[in-house]
Amino acid sequence: MTMPTAVLFEQVSRHFDQIKAVDSVNLAIQEGEFFAMLGPSGSGKTTCLRLIAGFEQPSAGHIEIFGERVEGVPPYRRQVNTVFQDYALFPHLNILDNVAYGLMIRGVDKKTRYQAAEDALALVQLKGFSARKPAQLSGGQRQRVALARALVNKPKVLLLDEPLGALDLKLREQMQEELKALQKQLGITFVFVTHDQGEALSMADRIAVFNQGKIIQVDTPQALYRHPNSPFVANFVGSSNVLAPDFMQHLGLPAQWASLRPEDIQLVQTGGYSATLLSRSYMGSANRIQLAIKDQVLHALVPHHLALPADNSPVQIAWQPNDLHVMEST
Amino acid sequence: MTTLAAPAPHSRLARLSDYLWQHPKQVLIAMLILPVLWLGVVYLGSLATLLVQSFFSIDEFSGLIKHDWTLKTYQELFVPANLDIILRTVVMSALVTLASAIIAFPIAYYAARYAKGVWKALFYIGIMLPLWSSYLVKVYAWKLILAREGILNWIFTTLHLDGLLNVYLALPVVGGSSLSVSYTGTFLVFVYVWLPFMILPLQAALERVPTSLLEASADLGASAWQTFRHVLLPLALPGLIAGSIFTFSLTLGDYIIPQIIGSSRLFIGQAVYMQQGTAGNIPLAAAFSVVPIVIMGIYLWLAKRAGAFNAL
Repeated sequence: MTMPTAVLFEQVSRHFDQIKAVDSVNLAIQEGEFFAMLGPSGSGKTTCLRLIAGFEQPSAGHIEIFGERVEGVPPYRRQVNTVFQDYALFPHLNILDNVAYGLMIRGVDKKTRYQAAEDALALVQLKGFSARKPAQLSGGQRQRVALARALVNKPKVLLLDEPLGALDLKLREQMQEELKALQKQLGITFVFVTHDQGEALSMADRIAVFNQGKIIQVDTPQALYRHPNSPFVANFVGSSNVLAPDFMQHLGLPAQWASLRPEDIQLVQTGGYSATLLSRSYMGSANRIQLAIKDQVLHALVPHHLALPADNSPVQIAWQPNDLHVMEST
Repeated sequence: MTTLAAPAPHSRLARLSDYLWQHPKQVLIAMLILPVLWLGVVYLGSLATLLVQSFFSIDEFSGLIKHDWTLKTYQELFVPANLDIILRTVVMSALVTLASAIIAFPIAYYAARYAKGVWKALFYIGIMLPLWSSYLVKVYAWKLILAREGILNWIFTTLHLDGLLNVYLALPVVGGSSLSVSYTGTFLVFVYVWLPFMILPLQAALERVPTSLLEASADLGASAWQTFRHVLLPLALPGLIAGSIFTFSLTLGDYIIPQIIGSSRLFIGQAVYMQQGTAGNIPLAAAFSVVPIVIMGIYLWLAKRAGAFNAL
């Protein structure tokens, strides 16, 4: 990569008493990247975001933002802005004053800052909402105001803490596309925290998967999906059949951990592994079926037009050898 | 054929319960009738009587009340001696309120934001405990603390700072022969006694301010002071106003503290007490009582105009 590094973590830890919220994390986020931090709740992803924003200080290790060490630098002196999970709009200020807040603090004169705030509101398609109070807006609109309030300061890194979590599905999908387009248009480094793997896959250039304070894998969405490095990643990113070494041996394969995606399993007439079809559920575009080989239950996605035999009948299943991904460890 | 409804109840109580469930409005009326009567008749009634009395006047020769409508009694309020009383009380109330707010803010902020578990319980006990003991006991205790032979004077003397105290006591207006007979003493005791009434509403208001708002402000470049000025203070203002209504009105109406601690110059409460008691001038006492009501009305109107309730 020739791009400069926007955010660098070197052996960063953040401990709360005995709990290691972030545990020796190394991370390099490139400039202009849409970077997602993905993980279950309590995995340390939000604490990492707060470390970049400056709301938390590392217990050990060091953090650089555009080459500058930021330990001990308060949030108000970092060229980083945050879109909060609860949006954190100031309830006593109207929308225009909310968006212009950062510029007001910096002493920008009224006319200039209101013009900039109006422009930022136009960018997030909220023209004409200036005089309203946050309480008069819907969740999706508040989310856009929070975005405009952060962007108007022209941050070098924009942090987004589960910004779509409170929105309903339709709105969330729409905002995903808009956020991605906005990031392309502005070229600002976005760091996005989410527990929704679908969101991370669809939006991010690269994803860091967190578990128990550690980064398990950092990769592009495609690489993460096709080549998970551990059962945790295989299960957390998309759904997967995680095959234990014992079971691999039973199939006559090397005794290693492996991941097999449900859509990679095919029903064949002959020459596959013998399995039993346990049950099915209709998903619209596909049928999700449960299969068993010995005691191992496997999930498979098969096209909806494929005729299936009755439950509990024997079937033959197969997959391409390179769809079975060997993983290093547990 | 089966029916959905259970068989009609036989017991009288069950029938009453059904009736009340079917007539929620009557339940509401039954619950509100006593408090409304109390508030309407006893409370507002006596307030109206008071107001009416203030429009009567007293015959200076016979000392009898003349039941004719007049503004003569109100004019009496503007006699320099009475105006002094009003001004003195209002200035004292304003200073007590200001001092209470300044002292209460950090305490309330700590309690709202940082105190957890045992510390929170200790905070509530610490704030409420003084309210559990008799008001008179506290005031007399303060008289002993502030007296020339009291512990405060002893501390100043022990620290060889008695010269400083004497210089302060020699000052006009705030000084006196000892703290217990000075305006400063009155002020200190007022602040001590009413402080809980400022802390509690302020703490409740600060507790409702989400931490993320303060973080957002810092994130947008605001220093701690700027966050206080632009976010915390405006959002705490309703609590501050609620607290100041207590401290301001309680000081406006109190007649015991200035009587026990302070120079012998009168406050409104004492004037009311004197006029309706020894002087027997009920109309003037009533007119004096109307003053705090009017002042509080003006205060709330100004607070509303300044946008103090916008965050509600």
